[in-house]
Amino acid sequence: MSATADPTAIFLSEAQELMEQLEAALLDLERSPEDRAVVDTAFRALHTIKGSGAMFGFDALARFTHLVETAFDQVRKGALSVSPALVGVTLRAADHMRGLLERPAEVDAAAGEIILAELKQTTGIATSGAASHAPAAEEAEGPATYRVRFRLPANALEMGNNPALLLDELRALGECTVAALTDPVPPLEEIEPSSCYLAWDVVLTTEQPRSAIEAVFIFVIDDMELAIERVREDPQRLGELLVERGDATPEAVNAALSRQDPVGALLVKAGDVTADRVASALAEQDHVRKVGAGAQSAAPKGADSMRVPAERLDSLMDGVGELVIAQARLKQLAGASDNLQMKSVAEEIERLAAGLRDIIMGIRMVPIGSLFGRFRRLVRDLSQDLGKDIALHTAGEETELDKTVIDRLADPIVHLIRNAADHGLEDAAERIAAGKPPQGQVRLSAVHSGSQVLITIGDDGKGLDRARIRAKAEAEGLIEPGAKLGDGELLQMIFQPGLSTAKQVTNLSGRGVGMDVVKRTIEALRGTVEIASTPGQGTEVTLRLPLTLAIIDGLLVRVGEGRYVIPLAAVEECVELSEAEDGRSKGRSILNVRGDLVPFLRLRDLFATGTPPDPYQKVVIVASGDLRVGLVVDQVIGDHQTVIKSLSKLHADVENFSGATILGDGSVALILDVARLISFGQTREDELKTA
Amino acid sequence: MASIDHKAAIEVVTFALDGEIFALEAGLVREILDAVTITRVPGARPFIDGLINVRGKVVPLADLRLKFGMAMTPATHDTRIIVIEMMLAGEPVTVGVLADKVYEVTTVAGASVQDAPEIGMSWNPDFVKGIGKRDDGFIIIPDIEHIFAAE
Repeated sequence: MSATADPTAIFLSEAQELMEQLEAALLDLERSPEDRAVVDTAFRALHTIKGSGAMFGFDALARFTHLVETAFDQVRKGALSVSPALVGVTLRAADHMRGLLERPAEVDAAAGEIILAELKQTTGIATSGAASHAPAAEEAEGPATYRVRFRLPANALEMGNNPALLLDELRALGECTVAALTDPVPPLEEIEPSSCYLAWDVVLTTEQPRSAIEAVFIFVIDDMELAIERVREDPQRLGELLVERGDATPEAVNAALSRQDPVGALLVKAGDVTADRVASALAEQDHVRKVGAGAQSAAPKGADSMRVPAERLDSLMDGVGELVIAQARLKQLAGASDNLQMKSVAEEIERLAAGLRDIIMGIRMVPIGSLFGRFRRLVRDLSQDLGKDIALHTAGEETELDKTVIDRLADPIVHLIRNAADHGLEDAAERIAAGKPPQGQVRLSAVHSGSQVLITIGDDGKGLDRARIRAKAEAEGLIEPGAKLGDGELLQMIFQPGLSTAKQVTNLSGRGVGMDVVKRTIEALRGTVEIASTPGQGTEVTLRLPLTLAIIDGLLVRVGEGRYVIPLAAVEECVELSEAEDGRSKGRSILNVRGDLVPFLRLRDLFATGTPPDPYQKVVIVASGDLRVGLVVDQVIGDHQTVIKSLSKLHADVENFSGATILGDGSVALILDVARLISFGQTREDELKTA
Repeated sequence: MASIDHKAAIEVVTFALDGEIFALEAGLVREILDAVTITRVPGARPFIDGLINVRGKVVPLADLRLKFGMAMTPATHDTRIIVIEMMLAGEPVTVGVLADKVYEVTTVAGASVQDAPEIGMSWNPDFVKGIGKRDDGFIIIPDIEHIFAAE
C-alpha cells in the first residue's frame, strides 16, 4: 500500500502528465490557434495543476499557475486570440512551472516574475487588439436559476478534495440553497471514514454563465457525477419530487405515483416556492440522470482505466515469469509421461500461461506517441536557438513498446534529434544553395518489425562527412592511418567515445559525449543502433529495440556441458561446421557463408570448457546491424521461451552474458550478450587482418 | 564491518569445509538447500563462478574453499548450500555458499571468540572475523563482507 498511499507522489505523477498535456496543447495552438477544444485542454491542465498544487503544498506553483491561468482564461472566453507570442511566453511559463514542480527550492522566483510580466504585456496588447470580440452568447443572459447536483467519487477526500470548498465557491456565484443527500450513506458499521458518501443538491441563482458553475468543478470533473440544469418552473413534476424525497426505491416511486391522493396532499403542503423549486429541480435530475447514464455508456473513459504503480506490474510480471518456468517443467514431465490426462492438462496450462503472459506484456505496453509528444517542443526550441527553420514529422505514434524501454529511450532520442538539427541540417542559405527547400525536415518514426521495434530519426541535411570522421578517428588513434574500412564500419566510428566531428562545439551538441552514450543506452536495452548517411541528402539513425525487457524468445544451445541461450532475434541462421572447415580455419576463424566471409568464435574456447568438441559442431550466425559473427556451439537444442533474470552484483565483472534464465528442469542457463560477442569477434577479426 | 561483540553470545550455523568447522551468523542465513544443479559462469571470479536456482531466483554460488586455499573435493551426499543474504556496498545481495556438511544452529559465547591471529594462520587474516573455541576444537567465523567485496 505504501506506493499508493503517498498522495504527493500521485500528484507529482499526475502533474507531469498534465504538464505534457499543456505543452502538447500549446504546440497545437501554435498551428491551429482557433481550436477551442485545444484551448479548453490547456486551460483545464492549468486549472488542475493550480488546484491540486495548492492542496499538496506547492504554493509557489499554485500562485504562479493561477496568474497564467487568469491570462489564459481570457483566451478561453474569446476575449483574447492566440498569437505565437502568447504561445511562446506560455511555453516558457510552463517550463517555469515544471521547475516549481520538480525542484521548487532551486527555482529563481525573479525569472517567474519576468515571465509573468511578459505574459501580462502580451495579453495586454492582445486584449486591446481583440476587444471587439463578441462575448460568448451565454454570457449575455440575465440571472438564471440552476440546479446543480453533484456527487464526488468515493475517494475524493483521500485525493485531497474538499466538498465544503466547492460549496463555498458555488455560494460565491450567487444566491444559493444547499441540500445534502444522505441516502448513499451506509450504516455506521460499514462506513469507511475516509470515503465520501454524500451528494449535494444546490439551487443557485446567478448572473454568471453556466460555464462559471462548471469551472467550480473543473478539477474534480473527471470522476464525479455532476448535473447542471436550468430550472424550469414545472409544477406538474412535483410527484416525482415527493418520491425522491421519500428515499423511495423505483417501485415505491411508481407506487406513490399511482396513489394520486397522498401525492396531491403533499403537493398542497409543499406548495410554497422553495418546494416548488426543489420539485422542479428533482424532475430535472431525473432527466439529467437519464442523460448522464446515456453519456456514461457512450464515453466510459474515466472508469475504464486505472492507475497502477509500476512496481505492482513488475511483481505481476515476475509471477507470470515463474508460472512460465513452472509450466515449461510441467510440459517436460508431461512429455515424458504416458498419462494422456496429464498431457492434456499440461497443454491447457501451456495455453493459459501463454495467454496470461501476453496480457501482462500488453499491460506494460505504452504507445510511443507519449514520448514523441515532447520532441515537438524540443524541435521548436532547437529551431529558435539555432535560427534554422525545422519541421518535425512523426509517424507511428501508436506503436507500442514496454514502458521501461520507452522511459529509457527519451535521452538517446533527444540527443539524436539535437544532432540532426544541429549538425545534420544546414542553415537556410546553404540549403537554398544546395537546391533544397529552406525548411529543414526531421523525421521521427516508429514501426513494428517482428519482435522488434524500429525507431528511425532522419534528417534531410548534408549527411555525415566521412573524410572528417576518418581524420578524427585517425587522430584519436582509433584506426590506423589509411586503414581500409567499409562504409558501415567508418560510420560506426561516430559511436566511439571522444569522437565528435562538429567543427564548433555548441551548447547543444558537439562535445563528443553523445553518440557513445546513445549506443550504450540502446545496447543496455538489448537493442542496436544503425546509421546510414548519403552525402547531401541526409542521415538516418535506426534504433532496433526489443518489444519487452522481461521475456525473449531464445535459441537454446549446448557448449561443452553448459547450456546457453542466444536471443532468437539476433540469430540469422545455423550452419554446420564441417571438420574440414574447422581444421582449415584454425588460424583464421573465417567462415564462408554463400560467398560472404563471416568471422566466427569458438565458444568452447571462449568459455574454457575443457571438453572435446562434438564431432558435428554447429555455427549459429548472429547479426547486429551489418555486422555478423558465427558462434560455434556443440549442439543446437531448440527454441526456448526465456524469462530474463538479471545477474547478481557479484557477477558485475562477467562479460559475454546479459542475464540468466531458468530452464524447464530448474537449472540455470546464461543468456549470451550478442552485441558484445559481435564486437569482440569483429575486433579479433580486425586484429587478425592487420597482423 | 561489524566486529564481534565479545559480551553477548552469538547464534551461528556451523558447517564443515575441508575438515575445518566454520560458522556463519544465523541472522545472515536464509535457508539451507540440498545440492542442486550448478551452472558455471565462464569469466567469473573462480570462487564465485556458479549459479543456482533458488525458488525461481538466479543466485551466485560461492566456494569458500578457494578463498581459504583448501583442497577441492567432489560433492558428497552431505554437501549443502547455505543461502545467505548480506549487505554489500549498501545493497542486499543473496548468495549461496557451498558446505561439505552443515552441522547445527548453535550459540557461541562471545567471550570465547578471539580476533584472528596475525600469524600462525595459513589463511588471509582479512577473511577471518574471529576464531571461537568450542569443545576441543576451533570454529572459524569468516568475514563474509570482506570475502565478497570486489577485488
